[in-house]
Amino acid sequence: MVERLKQDAAASIRIESISHEYRPARGRPVQALDEVSLEIRDREFLALLGPSGCGKSTLLYLIGGFLPITHGRIEIGGRAVTEPGPDRGIVFQHFALFPWKTVLQNVLYGLQKLRLTREEQLKRARDYINLVKLTGFENSYPSQLSGGMKQRAALARTLAVDPTILLMDEPFGALDAQTRSLMQEELLSIWQRQRKTVVFVTHDVQEAVYLADRIAIMSARPGRIKEIVDSRFEQRGPALLKSPAFMEKVDYVWNVVRQEAIIAQAEVPM
Amino acid sequence: MTGALTALYRYVPLLLLAALWEGLTRFGIVSDLVLPPLSGVIASWFTLFEDGGILYHTGASLLRGVSGLGLAIAVGTTLGVLMAWIVPIRVVFRPIVQMFYPIPKSALIPIMMIWLGFGDASKIVLIFLGCMLPVTVSAFNGARGVDRVLIWSARSLGATRGEVLREVIAPAALPEILSGIRTALALSFLLLVSSELLISREGLGYLIGNFGDAGIYTSMFAVVLTVSALGFAADRLYLLFVRRVLAWRE
Repeated sequence: MVERLKQDAAASIRIESISHEYRPARGRPVQALDEVSLEIRDREFLALLGPSGCGKSTLLYLIGGFLPITHGRIEIGGRAVTEPGPDRGIVFQHFALFPWKTVLQNVLYGLQKLRLTREEQLKRARDYINLVKLTGFENSYPSQLSGGMKQRAALARTLAVDPTILLMDEPFGALDAQTRSLMQEELLSIWQRQRKTVVFVTHDVQEAVYLADRIAIMSARPGRIKEIVDSRFEQRGPALLKSPAFMEKVDYVWNVVRQEAIIAQAEVPM
Repeated sequence: MTGALTALYRYVPLLLLAALWEGLTRFGIVSDLVLPPLSGVIASWFTLFEDGGILYHTGASLLRGVSGLGLAIAVGTTLGVLMAWIVPIRVVFRPIVQMFYPIPKSALIPIMMIWLGFGDASKIVLIFLGCMLPVTVSAFNGARGVDRVLIWSARSLGATRGEVLREVIAPAALPEILSGIRTALALSFLLLVSSELLISREGLGYLIGNFGDAGIYTSMFAVVLTVSALGFAADRLYLLFVRRVLAWRE
């Protein structure tokens, strides 16, 4: 119990004056993030929202420890991030499943790194495959699955190792509209059962308002936090989408984002 | 059933070519000093088969080919993957690989003879050197091309850097490595036969040269056909193997 409490407290993220520069193989370095500071609370669902190219994915990768932090500091539960770790699970837009492994083998991958017996590994893998409703597809390869099913498998693989923080990089961006709204429902229902700190990158305003407790709206490149909007609702569910309060919030957020989207558009070459 | 039939149809042009060969030589349109009749070549093959000669020399050649190619695959794959992901190894080996890649490997045959003599070692090392480069280059390109999100996923699932190399980068590079090995397989036959032809006392290449010098053309052609059949069979079997290994690609 004490162990569990400690772990929970460790799931807050503190981002302090993070700047980041990309150095493309050719051309000048690109300033992706400029002095970004942000607190993400324990077990909070936070959306990072902004126009494409605003550095929101870069910020997510820095939290994940995938990119080197060259300026500023990121702490998770008081400990500085230096490399990736199983406390931070990630789900990518294009699923990133291991194509040579079946669904079951993909989900087992992280479990095999834990100190579990083979039976425990298999049981947990099956439980999570069941949780994402992929039972019956354990032995399918990713190439045999639809986009939505691939993302479910990726979600099961990430959740199976029980990370305290869930990083999501436009996870439903590659899915068709119907599948996307189904996946949003399922993510919410999973999150309500297994509270984790979620950092959810998206450029979809409605998705951000619908899923997140708070929305950090980022400016066009170089990315800064422009505004943080509270988007907590009493009850989430399909009915919320039609409520006036929801639509008002979407409108408000959209107005903030729009100015940035216009700036970002002007910068895109072609 | 239909599968077998289609496969059969695919080889109809070969049968026509064989018929043309037999026809041209049988009716004296082409002199049998240039090209002996196919029937004679086949008869010689059976003679060679019965006295055990062809089996013995095939065994000698295959031993060299398999050893050289096996070494090339093991070393080339390891080197290519390590070059892709460990900077000091890349810095040291990249210019060496670039330098040796364009050399026609058959030019090394006399050097190998001087260094290693007439026996198996000179052929095995030649095939090893010649076949290693295409495998190295394909492993390097395959490993470099691995999508970074696969590596990041593995790392966030608790894999160490070493585990990522073995469990993610190597299998992700496999399709490209396997196509490099196919090139190496064809190259190994080329190097094997040409080196045996020039300097050897056994093996299929030696046999071709020996029968040619002695003017026994039906036997010489029989051995040439044996080499072609072995090369063809090796390639087909390899493709079957690849299809099984890469079944996940659909």
